[in-house]
Amino acid sequence: MSAFGEAALRRNPAWVQLLGLCPLLAVSNTVANAAGLAVASAVVLTGSAFFIASVRRWIPADVRLPCFVLVIATFTTLVHLAMEAYAFELHQRIALFVQIVVTNCMILGQVERVAAKVRVGRALVDALGASAGFAAAILAVGAVREVIAVGFPLAAMPAGAFVIAGLLLALANALAARDWRFVPRRSSARRSPETPLERQ
Amino acid sequence: MADLLLILLSAALVNNFVLVQFLGLCPFVGTSARFETTVPMTLATMFVLAVAAVATNLLHHHLLAPFGLEYLRIIAFIVVIAACVQFTELFVRAASPLLHRMLGLYLPLITTNCAVLGVVLIAVDEGLSLARTLVLAIGAGAGFGVAIVAFAALRERINDDAVPAPLRGVPLALVTVGFMALAFHGLRGIGAGMGA
Repeated sequence: MSAFGEAALRRNPAWVQLLGLCPLLAVSNTVANAAGLAVASAVVLTGSAFFIASVRRWIPADVRLPCFVLVIATFTTLVHLAMEAYAFELHQRIALFVQIVVTNCMILGQVERVAAKVRVGRALVDALGASAGFAAAILAVGAVREVIAVGFPLAAMPAGAFVIAGLLLALANALAARDWRFVPRRSSARRSPETPLERQ
Repeated sequence: MADLLLILLSAALVNNFVLVQFLGLCPFVGTSARFETTVPMTLATMFVLAVAAVATNLLHHHLLAPFGLEYLRIIAFIVVIAACVQFTELFVRAASPLLHRMLGLYLPLITTNCAVLGVVLIAVDEGLSLARTLVLAIGAGAGFGVAIVAFAALRERINDDAVPAPLRGVPLALVTVGFMALAFHGLRGIGAGMGA
């Protein structure tokens, strides 16, 4: 699988790594909001990854996280101001979450794990892949919620967001594993070995 | 005094930052797999929230606003939050290396806990006073705690049940959170009555 596909699918930030869940749920009440936030996140992620990969040699390891966060915050401020200037209506609806892109753990995770360690070209491809994966996830949740909310307003509310995102994630898992079995109580490999029941 | 109490209850329950406003979901899902990590995580988050809220409030009203630098607030606030988290991490590592390992990546990631930045930005946007900002931060932390402790307990029960393979783990956790959010949604009726 190519680096782009690997970043977008196998390491999908939203569905595989479960990073960036807040915007995925909060701004996915309509497709327009979801698309706005997907673009904002993509610009911030790609810009930060490009910048950090280019200067990675001069960032001391001990203070790398503050440096990364500063770069991400700068790009977020740029996107926030640009959106206020050119897409004011959209900005009014999702302003808080555009500013909160800076704390999207998908972006810091991506920068820390990939951009800080590889060459610029590779970092760029990886960031674009992760952006595409995140956009696909948030647009999917947004589309499903908007359609269901027509007849069932609960889908637009927080409770609906969680349930729909959970079911979509299950669908993604099922498609990836092609495994529809019921997992019996004892054979689950992913079960935490330290549940209180077992310790007793 | 009464309005401070209202802010506290509203932030903790009615407008619960996790379940109603979708802030702080990453640590909420990430550290709720085990019941034992939830309380330390809540305390660490609440500590960072309170310190960061006070610091950013002072920074905004005494440095950024007088010089017309509000547009720099995202950058300034995130630096303050990162410093608070770094301090907390050093403290936890020194106090309990085991706890430090259990919380793992999620401890430094409090920097990117959007609940912290969200609370700080909301407080500044609404022009809250220093006392109200602090109360809002503590309420938000308490709300995070209420939600994550309840959720971790539910999650440990669910882990023992036979569920369809694709739903196992996080998908079912999200559906569970959905029903918790529905319960918290019921509190909004009371909140409207309280003027919150």
